[in-house]
Amino acid sequence: MKKKLALLLAAAMTVASLAGCGEAKTQPEAQTQTKETTTETKTETATEETTSEATGSVYYLNFKPEADEAWQKLAADYTAKTGVEVKIVTAASGTYSETLTAEMGKSSAPTLFQCGNEEGLETWKDYCLDLSNTDFYKEMTTDDFNLKGENGEVYCAGYCYEAFGIITNKTLLKKAGYEVTDIKDFASLKKIAEDIQSRKDELGFAAFTSAGLDGSSSWRFSGHLANMPLFYEFRDDKVTSQPAEIKGTYLDLYKNIWDLYINNATCAPNEITAKTGDESEAEFFNGKAVFYQNGTWEYANLTKNGMTDDDLCMIPIYCGAEGEEKAALCCGTENCWAVNAKASEEDIKATLDFMYWVVTSDEGTQMMAQEFGPIPFKAAKESSNVFFTNANDLIAKGNYVVTWAFNYTPNVDAWREGVVSALQQYSAAGGDWSNVEKAFVNGWAAQYQAVNG
Amino acid sequence: MKKKNKSDGTSLNSILIRKPIKRCFPIFILPTLLAFSVGFVWPFIQGIYLSFCKFTIVSDAKWVGFSNYKKAFMDASFKHAFWYTALFAIASILFINVIAFFVAYALTQKIPGSNLYRTVFFMPNLIGGIVLGYIWSMIFDGILSKYGTFLTAKASYGFWGLLILMCWQQVGYMMIIYIAGLQGVSEDMMEAAKIDGANRWQTLFRVTIPNVMPSITICIFLTLTNSFKLFDQNLALTGGMPTLFGDDGTMINSTEMLALNIYKTFYTSAKSRGIAQAKAVVFFILVAVMALIQLRFTRKKEVQQ
Repeated sequence: MKKKLALLLAAAMTVASLAGCGEAKTQPEAQTQTKETTTETKTETATEETTSEATGSVYYLNFKPEADEAWQKLAADYTAKTGVEVKIVTAASGTYSETLTAEMGKSSAPTLFQCGNEEGLETWKDYCLDLSNTDFYKEMTTDDFNLKGENGEVYCAGYCYEAFGIITNKTLLKKAGYEVTDIKDFASLKKIAEDIQSRKDELGFAAFTSAGLDGSSSWRFSGHLANMPLFYEFRDDKVTSQPAEIKGTYLDLYKNIWDLYINNATCAPNEITAKTGDESEAEFFNGKAVFYQNGTWEYANLTKNGMTDDDLCMIPIYCGAEGEEKAALCCGTENCWAVNAKASEEDIKATLDFMYWVVTSDEGTQMMAQEFGPIPFKAAKESSNVFFTNANDLIAKGNYVVTWAFNYTPNVDAWREGVVSALQQYSAAGGDWSNVEKAFVNGWAAQYQAVNG
Repeated sequence: MKKKNKSDGTSLNSILIRKPIKRCFPIFILPTLLAFSVGFVWPFIQGIYLSFCKFTIVSDAKWVGFSNYKKAFMDASFKHAFWYTALFAIASILFINVIAFFVAYALTQKIPGSNLYRTVFFMPNLIGGIVLGYIWSMIFDGILSKYGTFLTAKASYGFWGLLILMCWQQVGYMMIIYIAGLQGVSEDMMEAAKIDGANRWQTLFRVTIPNVMPSITICIFLTLTNSFKLFDQNLALTGGMPTLFGDDGTMINSTEMLALNIYKTFYTSAKSRGIAQAKAVVFFILVAVMALIQLRFTRKKEVQQ
C-alpha cells in the first residue's frame, strides 16, 4: 500500500515538474501539424485560388513602447475583422536586441520584427524575407528608408520616418521677447538661450530642459546629438557605408551645443547624471524650459499633456557648422520592418496580409498617422503632427536635410555607453573633454573591431 | 548514511525504515533528476557545443572550431574583467565573512532580542539583486551628489559601492550559517577552556574557530562563487561604467565583472555570440577549479570531533 502511495506521489511530482516544460513537450507535435497543414494549403492554393481560411498568425515584436497601446488596439481590430490572431509584444525600452534574440530562438518566434540599422541588418539578414515582390512593398512610395541586401533584396522596409531637432515652446519664447525666426544659427541660439537663462528667476523658466544622462534620456545625446558631428564629417568625406574609423573632425561643434545645453538648463550640470527622459519631458510641457531636444514622436505626448500647435515648433540643432543657417531637421528612420523568413509559410502570409492591411486600411493608416506621422505609403493619411510640417517647410525652402549618420554606428549600445560615460565625466565630475573625443573616435574603432574583428 | 551504526534501538529502527526506501530510490530521485537534466545538464552541454559555433539564435548554429576561444583570450576587456572580479572576490570574501562571523558571535552571546536582530540582518537576502542594485545606486548617488560627484564618476566608487551592497545583502545569510556552527560548539569544551584559564581571545581562536571550521568552509565557498558569478547587482549598480579609453585604442568598462562582460559580448553582434559562449565555458572552468581548490584547502583545517 505504502509503496503504491510512494509511487503515485513520485509520479505526481514528475508530472508536476514537467508541467513547466509542457509547452516544449507539446511543440514538436504542433510543429508537425502545422507542417502538414502547410503542405495542404500549398496544394490547395496551387490548384485553386481559394480565400484560404486564416490558419497563420502574426507575432509582432514592437520596438516603440510609446506606440504599444495603439498597436494592441489595432491588432484587436484586425483579429475581430479577419479572425487572424495578431500578437503584439513590446520590448522594454533599450532591450530590443536581447528580447529579439530570445524570442527568435523560440518555436513561436516573431513573424514581424524591427531591424533598423546596418548593424541590425548584419545580425539578422539571414532571417529577413526579401519583401520586393510583396503587395506591401508595392504600396511604398519611396525606397529611401529601406535597408537592402547586396543584390538589391529589400530586407527591411522603413515604415515611418522621423525628424528630430530642438523642440521650442513658442509661447515662452515670446514671453522672453523673442520669435522663432530670431534663431538662425548657433550664435543666435546661444545668445537667446543665455539671455533667457540669465533672467531665469524673473521669467520663471530656463532655456533648456535637463540633459539627463540616465539611460532613459541619454540616447538623445549619445545617439541623436552625436549625429551632428558624424553627419558633417561623413558629408565631407563622402561616406556611404559604415567606416572602420572616424576622425572626429567636428567634435568641437558637439562641445559647443553640449556646453550650451548643460550650462543653461533647469538643473546644474552635476545633477544631470540621474535625470530621466520623463523628467525632461515633464519640465517641457510644464513650461519650465523653452527648448527640448527630441523628435517628432514626442508630438503625441506633448499634446496629450496640454500643449497646443500654437506652442510647438521644431528647429534644427544649430551647433556652429559652416552654412548651417541652411540646415533642415535631422530626418531619417530606424524604424524598419523585417519579416521572419524562417517562419512557417502561412505565418509569413498572415504577416504580409496584416502589414498590407495596416498601410492601406482606414484604421491602419489612421493609427499610423497619429502615432508615427507621415508614412511612406500611397494610402498615407495626412498627419496633424506640427513637427512634420516644420520639417517639410524647411525642406521646401531648399534647406539641406541632415540625414541620420548615426545609423552607421558599430555596436551601437556599447559605443553609446562609452560616449555617455565620457559625457558624465566631463559634465558632472570635472573631467576632460578629451575623454569624449576618445569615446567618439577610439570607441568607434574599438567597437568596429569588436563587431568585425 | 556514512556512519556505521552501533546496534542500539534507534539505529535498528532506522535500518528497518531505510531498507525499503533504499530499494526504490530511483523513484524518489526521478523528479529532481529530470528537472536537473532539463534545466541544467542539457543547457550546459548545449552551451559547450555553442562555444564552438557561430550563431545568431541558439537553435541555428554553424560549427567554427576553436576560433571563438582564440578571440576570447585576446580580448583585453575579458582580461580586465577577470582581474577586477578576482580583486572583488578577495575583498568580498574578507569583508563578508569577518563581519558575518562577528555579528553571529555577538548574536549568540544571549543578548536580549537577538532573534529579532537575526531576522532583521537576514532580510536583505530576500530582495532580488536587480532591485537592490537600483536602490543602492540611488542611495549612493544621493549621498555623492552632496559632494558634487556621482557613483560612476570613478571606478573606485563603483568597486566600494558594490562591496557595500554585497556585504549588506550577504552578511545576514552567512551569519545564519555561522550561528548554526557556533551553537554546535559544545558548552563542555568552552567550560573546560575557561577552567584551564583561557581568556576570551584564546577561547575564540583556539576553541571556537577551529570548531566552526566547517561553517567557514561553506561560507567562503559561497562568497567566492557568489562574487565570481555576480551579475544582477553589477548590471544594476554601475552597468560597468565608467568606460576607460586606453592609448592603444582599447575600450574597457572599468567596473565590469566577468558575467556582465560575457553578457555584453553576447549582444555585440552575430559574430560575437560564439565568443561570449566560449568566454562562458572558460568562466565555468575557472569558477569550478577555484572553488575546488578552496574546498580542499579549508577542509584540511577542519577538526574532527
